[in-house]
Amino acid sequence: MDKASLASALGSPAVFGQSQFAFMRGNAFEARVKADGGAELLRLVHDKLDRSAEPPAGAQVPALSATGPEGRAARTSLALREATEAPGTWTLLDHPMLALDVAGSPAFLEPDAVVVHPDGSWTVVEIKSFPMLDGSADPAKVGAAARQAAVYVLALEQVAARLSPSPRVRHRILLVCPKDFSNLPTASAVDVRKQRAVTDRQLARLTRIEDIADALPEGVCFSPDLPADELTAAVEAVPATYAPECLSACELAFHCRARSREAGAVTSLGRPVRAELGGLSTVEDVLAAARGEAGDPADPAVAALRRAAALRAEALATAGGGAL
Amino acid sequence: MSLITTLARLEAVRTGRAQSAATVRHRHLSDRPLVFVPLTTAGEAGAPLGALAGTDRDAPHLLVVPQPRDRDLRFAFLAELADVVLPHIEAYADAVEAAERTETDPETGKRVKVEVDLCADAAQLIVPSRAGVDFVRLLGRSMRFRRTAEQDPEAPHPAPPRVPLLGRWLTHYGERARVPGSSLLLAMTDLLGRHWATGQSTLEDQHLGALLAWIDPPGGASGAEAALRAELARDADGQLLCPPAGPATDPAFDNKLLAPAIERYDRARTALAAAEDGQAADERLGALTAAEREIRALVESRTRPTWDAVWRGLDLLRELPAGAHVEDRWTRDRWSFTGHRDRILSGEPPQPRRDDAVTAANKLATREREQARLEAQEALDDPLVMAGRRLAGEAFAGEVTDVVMTYSEGKRPSPRPLVTVRTEDRPHLGDRVKVYRSLGGRPQAAEFAGQEAEGVLVLRIVDKMGRGKEPEAGSVPEKGDLVCFTLFEHEQRGGARLPDPEQTPWTHGGPPGEAAAVPEAADAQTEEDIL
Repeated sequence: MDKASLASALGSPAVFGQSQFAFMRGNAFEARVKADGGAELLRLVHDKLDRSAEPPAGAQVPALSATGPEGRAARTSLALREATEAPGTWTLLDHPMLALDVAGSPAFLEPDAVVVHPDGSWTVVEIKSFPMLDGSADPAKVGAAARQAAVYVLALEQVAARLSPSPRVRHRILLVCPKDFSNLPTASAVDVRKQRAVTDRQLARLTRIEDIADALPEGVCFSPDLPADELTAAVEAVPATYAPECLSACELAFHCRARSREAGAVTSLGRPVRAELGGLSTVEDVLAAARGEAGDPADPAVAALRRAAALRAEALATAGGGAL
Repeated sequence: MSLITTLARLEAVRTGRAQSAATVRHRHLSDRPLVFVPLTTAGEAGAPLGALAGTDRDAPHLLVVPQPRDRDLRFAFLAELADVVLPHIEAYADAVEAAERTETDPETGKRVKVEVDLCADAAQLIVPSRAGVDFVRLLGRSMRFRRTAEQDPEAPHPAPPRVPLLGRWLTHYGERARVPGSSLLLAMTDLLGRHWATGQSTLEDQHLGALLAWIDPPGGASGAEAALRAELARDADGQLLCPPAGPATDPAFDNKLLAPAIERYDRARTALAAAEDGQAADERLGALTAAEREIRALVESRTRPTWDAVWRGLDLLRELPAGAHVEDRWTRDRWSFTGHRDRILSGEPPQPRRDDAVTAANKLATREREQARLEAQEALDDPLVMAGRRLAGEAFAGEVTDVVMTYSEGKRPSPRPLVTVRTEDRPHLGDRVKVYRSLGGRPQAAEFAGQEAEGVLVLRIVDKMGRGKEPEAGSVPEKGDLVCFTLFEHEQRGGARLPDPEQTPWTHGGPPGEAAAVPEAADAQTEEDIL
C-alpha cells in the first residue's frame, strides 16, 4: 500500500523526501567504494573483519540480474551457494536481493553488498554517505544503519538455513562511510547481535496481516481516489497509537497526530507524559483532575497532579507574573 | 520533565498559548550577540551552502557558496565568514580587566594568588537550533587543521589566512556549548524551550517556527494552528512558507529551486571559461553574475525568515528579568573565553582531534559539576523551578512556628538553635540529613532533628551565625518567617584534582610522550577539486 499517497488523500501529506544532492552524493560514493570489482571494499572487509584470511585478489563478482524481485532473489541464493561451495576465494555480491517473511507476506530487501569470505561465511556491507569524523560517526545514524543491516542478516540467515551445511552469517557487519571531509572510504565493524535479536523478536510478534484484515469490517477500501471522509473512516478502522516519534518514521503520522490532538490524547505530548499521568489519558481529564473537579483524590496520580497544580500556582503568584 | 511542566504543557494545549516554564531568564544574553544562521548542502559533510551572520538585525551579512562542491568557493566563503566573526570576537578579546586567580606555584607547590587578565565581556554566538550548534562544531573541526600558504608553502590547496584561526574559535564555542548552563554559544530553540512550555512535544519544539508560533502566535491565531502552519504550509510552488531553521534545507527546495539554479551557474561558468574573445567573455561574465545573484537570492529567501525568528526570540527572552545567578555563570564563560584567547596568543597548536585522558576526564568532571550547579542555581533563582524540586521532595518551604535556643556541647558552646517549620511539602528527610537555605546569597546549613507531627519539622541550624555565643542578628529565622530549605547543596565542590597530562598513569595510556609533540597533520584532501 502506498502510504504517502494515502496521506495526501487524507489531507495530511507526508514531508519525507530526499534532496537530489544527497542522492547523487550517496550514489557517487557507493560507486567509488565498489570501483575496480570492489577491490577497495574487499580490502576494507579483509582489514576490519577477517585479517587471518588471505588478502583478496581477483575476487568473484557474479552477475545477479534477473527479471522481477523473485527472480533476483533466486539468482542471489544461487550465487551465494556457488560462492560458499568454492572455498578459498572472496566473492562480492553487488546489490543482491533477499526475501524476508514479514507478518505473513514476503518483503524484498536489497543490501548494498554481501561478501562471501574464503572460509564460506557471509558478511553484510552497508555503505552510507554520512562522514566518519575522527573515527566516530553520528550515533543516531549508525544506530539506524545497524538496525537496517540486522534485517539483512536475518534475511541472509533464512537463505543460509536452506543450504547444507549451513554457512555462517557473521554478526559483525561492515559499515563503510566517507573519511572526515573527503570522499575516501573508511570502514568500521559494527556488532548487530542486539539489533538482530530485537528485530527477530519484533517480526515474530507482528500481528499477521490476515489477522488485521480479518478484524476490519467488510468492504473497507483504502484507495486514495475515495472521498476524504470515507477514506478517513476506513483508516480509523485500523487502530493506531500515535506518539511524536512516529513523525520521523511514518507517512501517516501527521494524519494520526491530527486525530490524536482532536481526541485530546496526552500521548501527543510525548510518551513520558502519558507515563506519569496514570490512568488519565485526555487533556481535559488531567486538567479537571488537577483543578479538583474530577478524579479520585486517593489515586496517587490525581493527588500528585493537584499538588503540582497548587505548587505551580503558588510559584507563579510569588513571581508576580502569572501566566503570560 | 516534571509534572509541573507537563501541567503547563496541558494548559498550553487548552489555552492555545505557550505557558511559562520559568519566571526569570536563566541564560545570559549579550547586548550585542552575533547571530549565525547557516545552511548546509544535503549529503555533504562540511560543505556549507550559505549563511546569514551579523550583530545588526536589519543588516545581516549574506554569505553564499554558489557551487558548494567547489573547494575554492568554499574557502572564499570561510574567509568571508572569518572576516565577519573574528573581528567581533577580537573586539571582546582585547578589552580586559584585572582579576585574581589561584594557581599552583611550580617551584614551591603552594597555592598562590596571581594577577591575570580577564576579558571584560565575551562574544556570544546564537544559532537557531541544536543542529546549528553541531554545525558550528563541525565547521570548527573542518577548519582548524587546515594549513595556510604561510604555514606550509608546499600544500596543494592552502586555506585563506584566517580560516584555521576561525576553526579554533568555533571549536572552542562548540565545545563550551556542551557545558550545562554556559551561554557562549546558544541555540534559540533550547533557549525558548527552557522558558516556555508549548502544547506540543519536545520533539516538535525543535522546529523554531512552530515553537515561536506557540509562544507568540501571529494575528490572534491559536498556537496550535499557527504551529501547524509554520510546520507544513507550502506555497503554490510546493515550497515551505516557513523554511526549516537549518542547517539542513527542505528537499523540495533543493530539488525544485536550488539544483536548477546551481546547474545554470555551472553552465555559465563553463561558458565563461570557453569564451574566446573579450566581448564574449564580458557577456558570459554577465550571465555568470546573474546566475550567482539568483543563488544568493534563493539562499537569502531561506535564511531570512529564520534570522528574523531568532531576533524575535531574543526580544521575547529579553522581556524576562535575568536570574540572580546568571551573571555568575557568565563570568565562568568569560574565564573560558579568556583561557582560549590566551592559548591562541601563546601560540599553542589547535585543539587535538582526540583529547588525552586527563583533558577528557577534566571536561567530563566540569560538565557534571556545572550540571549540578545549574540545577541548584536555577532552583534558587526561580520559584517555578523550586516548585518542581519541592514536588520531587528535594526541597520544602513553610512557616517558622517556633525557635528554641540550644548550644552545642564542648569547650566553647556554640549556638545550635532548633527551628520548627510547618510545611505542606513532603521532603525525603532521614535522621540528621543536611538541608540548606540561602542567607543573603550564601548557603546556611541545618540538620534535620526530628518530626513533631505530620508536616511539622524540627531543624538544627549549624552555621553562618558568627563566632560569638549569641548568633548574629538576622542569622537565625524568627517565628512567623517564611523559609525555604533544599536537600541539595547550593555550591558545588570541585572533585579530586587530576594529574597533569605529563603524569597520566599507565592505566590511561601513560604520558603523551613524543607523539603529542608532533603537530597534528592536516586532513587528507580529495584529489579532485570537486568533492
